[in-house]
Amino acid sequence: MARTHVTTVVNGDETEFLTEDSTSLLNALRDEVGLTGAKEGCGTGDCGACSVMVDDKVTCACLVFAPEVDGSTILTVEGLADSGELHPLQQCFLEGAALQCGICTPGFLISAKALLDRNPDPTETEIRYALAGNLCRCTGYDKIIRAVQEAAREMRGQ
Amino acid sequence: MAVVEENPGYKWVGTRPIRPDGLEKVTGKAQFGADLMLPGMLFGKVVRSPHAHARIISIDTTAAEAMVGVKAVITGSDFPDLAANGAHPSEIDVANNTIAREKVLYEGHVVAAVAATTRDQAEAAAKAVEVTYEILPHVLTVDEAMADDAPLLHEGMITKGVDPAPEEASNVASKILHERGDLDQGFGEADAVVEREFTTKPVHQGYIEPHAAVADANSDGRAHIWCSSQGHFQMRAYSASVLGISPGMLKVTAAEIGGGFGGKTVIYLEPLAVRLSQRAGRPVKLVMDRDEVFRATGPTSGTRIKVKMGVSKDGKITAAEVWMAYEAGAYAGSPVGAAGMTAIACYDIPNFVVEGYDVVCNKPRVAAYRAPGAPMAAFAVESVLDELARDIGMDPIEIRLANAAVEGTQASYGPKFPRIGFVETLEAIKDHPNYTAELGPNQGRGIAAGFWFNAGMMSSATVHINENGTATVVTGSPDIGGSRQSMALMAAEELGIPYESIKAVVADTETVGFNDVTGGSRVTLATGAAVVDACRLIVEDLRARAAKTWDVELDQVEWVDGQAQHAEGAQPPLSLKDLAAKSGRTGGPISANASLNSRGVGAGFSTQLCDVEVDPETGVTRVVRYLTAQDAGRAISPDYVEGQMQGGVVQGIGWALSEEYIHDSDGVMENPGFLDYRIPVASDLPMIDCAIVEVPNPAHPYGVRGVGEVGIVPPMAAVGNAINDALDVRMTDLPMSPVKILEALNDQGD
Ligand code: FES
Ligand code: FES
Repeated sequence: MARTHVTTVVNGDETEFLTEDSTSLLNALRDEVGLTGAKEGCGTGDCGACSVMVDDKVTCACLVFAPEVDGSTILTVEGLADSGELHPLQQCFLEGAALQCGICTPGFLISAKALLDRNPDPTETEIRYALAGNLCRCTGYDKIIRAVQEAAREMRGQ
Repeated sequence: MAVVEENPGYKWVGTRPIRPDGLEKVTGKAQFGADLMLPGMLFGKVVRSPHAHARIISIDTTAAEAMVGVKAVITGSDFPDLAANGAHPSEIDVANNTIAREKVLYEGHVVAAVAATTRDQAEAAAKAVEVTYEILPHVLTVDEAMADDAPLLHEGMITKGVDPAPEEASNVASKILHERGDLDQGFGEADAVVEREFTTKPVHQGYIEPHAAVADANSDGRAHIWCSSQGHFQMRAYSASVLGISPGMLKVTAAEIGGGFGGKTVIYLEPLAVRLSQRAGRPVKLVMDRDEVFRATGPTSGTRIKVKMGVSKDGKITAAEVWMAYEAGAYAGSPVGAAGMTAIACYDIPNFVVEGYDVVCNKPRVAAYRAPGAPMAAFAVESVLDELARDIGMDPIEIRLANAAVEGTQASYGPKFPRIGFVETLEAIKDHPNYTAELGPNQGRGIAAGFWFNAGMMSSATVHINENGTATVVTGSPDIGGSRQSMALMAAEELGIPYESIKAVVADTETVGFNDVTGGSRVTLATGAAVVDACRLIVEDLRARAAKTWDVELDQVEWVDGQAQHAEGAQPPLSLKDLAAKSGRTGGPISANASLNSRGVGAGFSTQLCDVEVDPETGVTRVVRYLTAQDAGRAISPDYVEGQMQGGVVQGIGWALSEEYIHDSDGVMENPGFLDYRIPVASDLPMIDCAIVEVPNPAHPYGVRGVGEVGIVPPMAAVGNAINDALDVRMTDLPMSPVKILEALNDQGD
């Protein structure tokens, strides 16, 4: 079966892989590139566990065909920390106990980063709506919202 | 805000450090069930029944086997006939639920499985398996299943718990009964009596991680399983039974688990993956799609419950009569037993009858879900109690205080309660500012309480002191909500070394002693007690080594703050680090194991206060304020105690307002995805305020009770009571969706 050759930049590194046309970006990242940080919770765009940034836009990796990202820049949870230094969101999730099982965490971190990139000082309601596409069944969201508030404060230098 | 009693000034217990497994989880490194890749690994796919009830006439796998990339195809005939081997009926049910033999009993029931070199090939091969069915009539609810002429799922099922035993088979697997006093006399003494009937739908645990298993079988019959599971020892036992081999042939490694809430205490994929791997001679990964998770795993029961209760003018409950029927799904084993024991356990009631039925129907077999069985019963009982309080003009907290079970109360299910903290949770609510916060238009406030036993069961732990004086704490309890942190905190407290010097890990079935499942809120209690026991053995050993070093009697050595001290100060102290460095000269490696059967559980209580706003035009209910007060016994790890409390509440809010299984008339699930099975999202909710109450459990070294489950018991009634407070309509059918609220408002207008 002919496979498509895809060239991307993943977490800052040029990355090439071969994929079937019907393979999702999520499965390509997990099976071909070996980055299993993005998770499949539903495969239908309803849970956000597979969230990654494609050219600076939050995207459900389960809804994109892998060949579509040819030439794109992709950020996954594995690329959030900067040479071992955690992103403030990662640090605040840890300190604020914003994860229990942690399966939803990669998706929340990516969605929250996208929010803070465009709105450094969101209200609680804005955070809640920005994260409404990410399901968490463990935490009731309380500590996740607080962790994002805290990270926003830190990133604003307060 | 916490009611803290008798805190003897712990250094680590009760603090909020970063969890041991946190870094891996925020950086994407943590390996969950579906993340493992092995060289040469195949992808598997399961073939499922499209029918709710059918006889399997034939399965033709020839086309599938001939397809490109396909390495193995299995059906029920690839597994031993456990009935012929004289296995226990419950084992036979597990085996038949894992893969159907003669009949399929629900839509989604497994009939075959395939393994192929790619996902696409496996999917194509699964579609090519040809199954011929004879469709049978089905029953979907307790009402249909209990009807006189109902089609039977299991032709030989005779109701247990009925004397004399019925002669005819039925869909009722068992009956339970709890009675005390004289019901007629009790209702005779009542000044107000309320009788209501409630219905609830099956709801799913809704963990975000679908079930996943990888198996790698050897030609000598041994196999290694990696799976997302709440109890890898249990997975080993169940899988071995289904495969017809000895448990020792299987090694099971628990992957990081992406939520379970009870739903991952049972097996689905593991034996299939092993058999496929054996047939193919290569490792096989099986992962469910979300719609398979909905159609074939979990959920918890749909129910019908009738409650009649009476109170005297001063608020004393004089009598309670509860009748309940719980859907078990395809095989016997609904949580009606626990429901019957918990339904009225919060209260001291002189006269009652609680009667319950475990009823099979053509839906997926129910699995445990957080305080299994208790939430539906509490929805009914707490709603009726709310109405009684209104009838006699009494505050809802006061009526609960007037009847609350306390130390010494004979629990409705039998034993006398030891020290418990129900009253303290009621008082914590009363003392909180939310209790008197002003309500806006169309807003209402509701209160409800809940009880859960909490489990103990068996646990093992091993503690190793490393050569530099740090420690490794090894248990076999999969960590589903931060338990590695509580293990490390208790070990730090016992050994007197910093939390950061301790690594807590979860080991596979060959590396640590037996542990029962992570369930029943038992891990911090029972596995925690095993860790404490092992640490105490280590401290004994360390004292002995110091005594030998100093050439003094053992009783001259005390262990204080992580070091051996001479009672009279005649010797400079020896720290754990010093002793670890000398271990080769003082008796060898420092290590201890402890295994135990839990020494005593501590019952858990939760009282919750919910404010809602209901839009009378649309019927949409929004929770605007929420407070949960729960007796943790002792919060070893307050961050994760709050997490359990908040998570349970929000699952309950989903159960109350939006979650339900919807089946069409053919018994096919119509909403097997998160779009149509709607769990709460961040924008649906307010912050969830927590009041941790600490009334220590006398049977645990730190007073732990277990916190995972009771939080889901009160929310449905709390929300329903709040809706009633806002609009004066009593909702008796879950979920309390906008349509039903509008209907109730219309009826009220008639
Ligand atoms: S897996 Fe992509 S949204 Fe759920
Ligand atoms: S932490 Fe488990 S789903 Fe969010």
